[in-house]
Amino acid sequence: MYTILRELADSWFMLIMFLMFIGIVIFAFRPGTKKAYDHLRNLPLRDDDVLVEDNSGEK
Amino acid sequence: MQHMVKAIVLGLVVLAAAIATNFARDLAYQVHAVIILLLAGYLFIREVGKIGNKPVPVETGYMDGVVRAGVIATVFWGITGFLVGVWIAFELAFPALNLSEWTGPYLNFGRLRPLHTSAVIFAFGGNALIATSFYVVQRTNATRLFGGNLAWFVFWGYQLFIVLAATGYVLGQTQSKEYAEPEWYIDLWLTVVWVSYLVVFMGTLYKRKEPHIYVANWFYLSFILTIAMLHIVNNMAIPVSLFGSKSVALFSGVQDAMTQWWYGHNAVGFFLTSGFLGMMYYFIPKQAGRPVYSYKLSIVHFWALIFLYIWAGPHHLHYTALPDWAQTLGMVMSIILWMPSWGGMINGLMTLSGAWDKLRTDPVLRILVISVAFYGMSTFEGPMMSIKAVNSLSHFTDWTIGHVHSGALGWNGMITFGAIYFLVPKLWNRTGLYSMKLVNYHFWLATIGIVLYASSMWVSGIMEGLMWREVDSQGFLVNAFSDTVVAKYSLLVIRGVGGLFFLTGSLIMAYNVRMTIKGVGDATPKPAASTVPAE
Repeated sequence: MYTILRELADSWFMLIMFLMFIGIVIFAFRPGTKKAYDHLRNLPLRDDDVLVEDNSGEK
Repeated sequence: MQHMVKAIVLGLVVLAAAIATNFARDLAYQVHAVIILLLAGYLFIREVGKIGNKPVPVETGYMDGVVRAGVIATVFWGITGFLVGVWIAFELAFPALNLSEWTGPYLNFGRLRPLHTSAVIFAFGGNALIATSFYVVQRTNATRLFGGNLAWFVFWGYQLFIVLAATGYVLGQTQSKEYAEPEWYIDLWLTVVWVSYLVVFMGTLYKRKEPHIYVANWFYLSFILTIAMLHIVNNMAIPVSLFGSKSVALFSGVQDAMTQWWYGHNAVGFFLTSGFLGMMYYFIPKQAGRPVYSYKLSIVHFWALIFLYIWAGPHHLHYTALPDWAQTLGMVMSIILWMPSWGGMINGLMTLSGAWDKLRTDPVLRILVISVAFYGMSTFEGPMMSIKAVNSLSHFTDWTIGHVHSGALGWNGMITFGAIYFLVPKLWNRTGLYSMKLVNYHFWLATIGIVLYASSMWVSGIMEGLMWREVDSQGFLVNAFSDTVVAKYSLLVIRGVGGLFFLTGSLIMAYNVRMTIKGVGDATPKPAASTVPAE
C-alpha cells in the first residue's frame, strides 16, 4: 500500500491533479456562462411551496 | 406479494437476532441483539398485517414527511447531545459527578464522551444534513425524491444506527478510533443505510427538471460520497467472533494512525464542512432573499475544498512516528486551506450585500450570519494550530477542545438552528414562527455560551501548554500533570456554564418549534394554496 502511494506521489500524479484543478477553474471562468450562472444563482429564490408535477417532459 | 417477501426477510432477521442473543459473548452485543429482535419482531407483525392489502396510490408533489421527521429528530438529538456535553463538562470540573459509587463505570467520562461527540456530530449534525439535503435537492431540482419509501428507510435506519452506537458506548463497546467508535456490525449497518442515502440523492439529481445542478447539491453530494469512502476504509476490521463485539483492525501501527486521522480530519472536512456549506448555499440566499454573491466563486470554492482537504489529516500526528515529510505535507495543505475556506466565507457573507439592514430586524438571518462568521474564525484558527511550532504548544491541551467547539457550536450548530427556523414554518405550512423574540433570546444565549466556552478554553489550553513545557535551570520539569488540573479548575467551570447557556438556548428553540407546529401565536396555519398541495 505504502509503495503504491509513494509511487503515485513521486510520479506525475501530483502535477496531473494540479493541472486538473487549474483546468476546472479556467472552465468555470470561460466566457458565455453568464446566462447559465444567473439562472443557477436565482434557482433557490423562486417560490417553492408546491411542486406542480409535469410528467410530460420526464427526463 | 411485496409484503410477503418483506415479512419473510423480517422473520429471518428475528430468528438470527434470537440466535445472536443466545450465543452473545458480551453484554453490549447481547443488548443490541435484543433491540434488533424486538424491532424486527414489531415490523414483522406489522408487515404480516398488510399482506393482501391493495397497493397504496403513488404520492406526488414534494416528499416533505421525511424532512419533517428529520427536523424533529435534529432538535431531539441536539438537546440530548448538548445535555450530555454539559454533564461531562461538569464531570471534569467536579469528578464526583462521574457517580462511579452508584452507577459503576456506566456514566464515567470515558464512556459518556463518545456518546456526546457522536450525539452532536452524527445524530444532531447527521439528521440535520439528511433532512436539509432531502429538502434542498427537491426544491432546487423541481422534482420529488427518488426511490419512494427508500428515503424513510434512510431516516429510520440512521436512527437505529444512532441508538445502537449510543447504547454500545455506555455498555463499554468501542473500537477505540475517535469519531469511529462503533464496532463492526454497526459499521456494516451504517454502510447499508449510507449507500441507500446515496441512491436516493443521486436518483433525485438524475430525474431533475432543471438543466443544471445548483451548487448546494454539489456540496451535499461530495459529503455523501466522501463519507462513504472514509467510513469503509477506516472501519476495515475482522471480527473475532460473529457473536461478539470485538474486532481487530486491518491496519496496525502508524498506518492505522494515519488512516484514522485521514478519516478523522476528512470527517471534519466533508461531514462538518462540505455538507453544512450545502446548507449555507441554500438557506442564506433564501433567508436574505438575495442570490448567492458569486456563482463562479462558489465553483472555485467547491473544487478547491475537494482537492485540498483530503491532504490535511497528518496535522493530527505532528511529532509522532509518522514520517516527517507526511507531517509537513499535512501542515502545508492545512495552511493552503485558508484560501478556499475564506473564499467560501466571503461568498456567504457578501450574499447579504444590499440586504445588511435585514440583520437588524431578522434574528433568523442573524443566526445564519454569525454561523458563517464562526466558520471564518475557526477555519483561521485551525490552519494556525496545524503549524508544527504552534501545535507543539497546543496539542493535547484544552485549546484543541475550544477550537473544535467554536467550529461545532458556532458554525455547525448555528447554521442548523437557522435552517430549522427557516424550515419549520414552511414544512408545517405556517405563516411564521411562534415567536421571533424567543429566536432572539436563543441567538444571544448561544452566542454568549460559545464566547464563554472558547475564551476559557484558550486561556486554559495555553496555560496547560506552557506549564507542561516549563523546565528549571537543571532541566527538570517544573509542574506535575496534576498541577495543571488544579490550575484550570475555574476555567473548566466557566466552560461548563458556557455549555449551559448553549443548552438553554436550544431548549428555547425546541419550545418555539413545538408551538409553531401546534399553530399558536404568529404561526397560524396558512390558507390552502390554489394549486395542488405538496403532500
